Amino acid sequence: MNHAKDASYDALYSAFEERIAQLSKLSRMKEEQSIMDVIEEKGISRRDFMKWAGAITAMLSLPSSFTPLVADAVKVVDRLPIIWLHMAECTGCTESLLRSDAPSIDSLIFDYISLEYQETLMSAVGWQAEENLEHAMEKYKGRYILMVEGGIPIGNEGSFLTIGGHGKKGMDIAKDASENAAAIFAIGTCSAYGGIQAAAPNPTGSVALSDVTDKPVINVPGCPPSEKNIVGTLLHYLLYGTLPALDVYNRPKWAYRLRIHDLCERRGHFDAGEFVEQFGDEAAKDGYCLYKVGCKGPYTFNNCAKNKFNQGTSWPVQVGFGCIGCSEPDFWDTMGTTNEPLGSRLYQSVFSGLGADATADKIGLGLLMATGVGIAAHAAIAAKKPPKE
Amino acid sequence: MSKRIVVDPITRIEGHLRAEVVVDDDGVVTDAYISSTLWRGLEVIAKGRDPRNVPLLMQRICGVCTYSHYLKSTMAVEDALGIKIPLNAELVRTLMNAALFLHDHVVHFYHLHGVDWVDITSALKADPKKASELAFKYSKNPIATGENDLIKVQETVAKFASNPQGLGPFANAYWGHSTYKFTPEQNLIALSHYLKALEMQRLAAQLMAIFGGKNPHPQSLVVGGVSCVMDILDPARMGEYLTKYKKMADFVHNAYLADIKMAAEAYKDEPSVTKPMGVRNFMAFKDFKVGRDEYLFDSGYILKGDLTEVLEINEDLITEEATHSWYQDDEPQHPYDGTTIPNHTGFVDGESIGPDGEMIHSKLIDPDGKYTWIKSPRYDGQPMEVGPLACLLVGYAKGNTIIKDAVDGFLKETGLPLEILFSTLGRTAARSLQAGIVADNAIKAFHNLIENLKVDQDTCAPYVIDNDKEYKGRGIGDVPRGMLIHWIRIKNGVCENYQATVPSTWNAGPKDANGVRGPYEADLLNLQIADVTKPLEIIRIIHSYDPCIACAVHVMDTKGNKLAEYKVDPLYGGVCNT
Repeated sequence: MNHAKDASYDALYSAFEERIAQLSKLSRMKEEQSIMDVIEEKGISRRDFMKWAGAITAMLSLPSSFTPLVADAVKVVDRLPIIWLHMAECTGCTESLLRSDAPSIDSLIFDYISLEYQETLMSAVGWQAEENLEHAMEKYKGRYILMVEGGIPIGNEGSFLTIGGHGKKGMDIAKDASENAAAIFAIGTCSAYGGIQAAAPNPTGSVALSDVTDKPVINVPGCPPSEKNIVGTLLHYLLYGTLPALDVYNRPKWAYRLRIHDLCERRGHFDAGEFVEQFGDEAAKDGYCLYKVGCKGPYTFNNCAKNKFNQGTSWPVQVGFGCIGCSEPDFWDTMGTTNEPLGSRLYQSVFSGLGADATADKIGLGLLMATGVGIAAHAAIAAKKPPKE
Repeated sequence: MSKRIVVDPITRIEGHLRAEVVVDDDGVVTDAYISSTLWRGLEVIAKGRDPRNVPLLMQRICGVCTYSHYLKSTMAVEDALGIKIPLNAELVRTLMNAALFLHDHVVHFYHLHGVDWVDITSALKADPKKASELAFKYSKNPIATGENDLIKVQETVAKFASNPQGLGPFANAYWGHSTYKFTPEQNLIALSHYLKALEMQRLAAQLMAIFGGKNPHPQSLVVGGVSCVMDILDPARMGEYLTKYKKMADFVHNAYLADIKMAAEAYKDEPSVTKPMGVRNFMAFKDFKVGRDEYLFDSGYILKGDLTEVLEINEDLITEEATHSWYQDDEPQHPYDGTTIPNHTGFVDGESIGPDGEMIHSKLIDPDGKYTWIKSPRYDGQPMEVGPLACLLVGYAKGNTIIKDAVDGFLKETGLPLEILFSTLGRTAARSLQAGIVADNAIKAFHNLIENLKVDQDTCAPYVIDNDKEYKGRGIGDVPRGMLIHWIRIKNGVCENYQATVPSTWNAGPKDANGVRGPYEADLLNLQIADVTKPLEIIRIIHSYDPCIACAVHVMDTKGNKLAEYKVDPLYGGVCNT
């Protein structure tokens, strides 16, 4: 509660209250049933629900006094129609959405948000599917949330993607849907920055969603992003009624403010200069730092280390692989070799290197310079070896 | 007079797909064309990259087959470099593969294919008590079909359905269609499993994430082995896998396989799903290593549905062509002259049957021209079906006892003849039987891993990439959607060329230069459509293949291990002339 007395939090708190009051006045999409009815129907107690709201509050880096407001916000969620478009994509982001966790409440929210159009999940097909999209865009003009998965191919006049019986180009569908959306989320690295199909030489001229619309786009990158980042972004919108605080790449700061490196469970080994040299070695069995086998955690801003994936089952550092930098722009082209350190780059730090970890990074870096010699020497030896037979 | 029906987008698949058919006055399909409407060009992007980066890149072909491409691409690099990976790594890879099969097949049947068989609105009319009793007919230990469970499902859906605005993702579907054959009670059982499966797929994803770090797009395969050595050596972690695996296996048996038996009973006289299929050639490749020398699936191919002879695959005979595909150079290409220049000619203006039955202006496929981003792969000039059905038929014909027992058991229980396998119903049933085989047998890999760990803790083989050497290799096997091959050539220490031969390409490819159709198109011929504004029969057939279209759209010019040389149009980057 102390935090809430803080002036800035006070202002935020009243802004939230006002926003929720506003939303509550909107007409309901489903008259007979409130979201609390549905929650109870699914066998989730009020207590479990409040616990979940508390967890989301913490995830959004808000003080616990905001928990009841988060819960209130969830209760008005059922007014929001969602249109989810598939562009040049692999459906991994939809799959991530399906993994929604907790006491299955995230998926419940998505049921209740009223998924007006989502090609992977919807029952309707063909003309009937197209009708659903047109209907939602018309009926909820200015009120729907647009979520887009996939890059937008604009090369060769956009002919690399068409959808529907009228052969409409993907880029035109994305543009049109953006026009009257209440908010636009680019879900995943492809829609946030162009993604894998935009990697050199970008044969289809794929670009980010923000390149084909002049409307503000919130980027939720990751390949795919965790379902928590998707849901959290939506809740942030509900609470503020405006875009969340964004970083330079339009990513919500609450999720993408810190480096993987900052909260990494193997960070102690980095600071101590203890590194895995080769996959499967003794250091790997002991869980040492993965920097030297290519972890890009120091250059990557995301909350994987904190939230993990699949209900906290694991994350790429835990399984000994390391981070590949998948939430950074153009990471396929800028993050170097997967299993080698990015020796040419200094760490990126939120405080321009002046933060609490400056000293540890300097120590780590110093050690790495020494180990860099080792890597080069190893490579030289390796090159001389007969490769096989 | 013949009329055109356009179905675009085909939803509940991976990717962007259109089906177009010509029907006569009686609603019988006289011609059919399949078009993929997205091209991404990932092989072009792979060129020039470090071979260790390529598997992660290729993984992004598809987020549904999220592990398949990662695995086969890693195997291709290993094959090229001559690396033999430790047994521990092979078995862990199998455990992750088991998670994928269990996840993929369950999600496909319930969430993608399910509403082709299950009329959700009919479930509301069911007597939950009767339905609860009926569930015991298909399983000794039914899941989520207690009377109270079913009442709850009904109440939830009834509230949802009673509000015209509230149908969300279930809105505007073909509910009430005359070819839905389940009774209200059967629909209710399947609907309850649809909801339960949403929970189970999260569990199966966790199963993969235990060793994969996350799902979709797991991240623990490295060239030479696996990175997850800590998890393998952690008994608590292994226990977690075992427990979740058993839960998933239980669901496969007592919900998925039970519902398939129910479908076999209800749909055995529905012509649109028992109609004999068009292409009766099948191909599959050995996969699913569960012990040092033990695999669950076999290699080979079958022609004209003849189960008395399984022929050996000669990879040199795999070719492809682009007569009806949006690429330049129509002729079947010799790999060394292969080109991959996009040539999008689009659709033509015309009329098709609209949602109200009126003819409306549409963009149509020109069957004489190019009409899809998918090419036509052929084996010795023949189209082939790949997938779980092909895997089962090849194994069955080869006398694989695990497969034979599963297939014969199913036929005995349902009282259906062997011939039923050569149909849409057979294809859908085969997928469930394959899931059952994995559920029963993949655990051998778990036990063999434990045994091996007692004497050997290697998880990764050392290797070097010599910049002065040229390498080529492939990763091949049967993944959930069928036979998958990744081909790589490495030169100067980087990827010189890359191709993927993908299951959905075999199945969804267009006609070849001789006018021979691939499996999707051939299967739609002679199909009777009950209501031309609601072509559920088309959707059911297409979905039975489990289309994965981002996978299917691929640049592919192969002849055995000899990889194609590409001349890529500079406009699209990546010139490669050697």
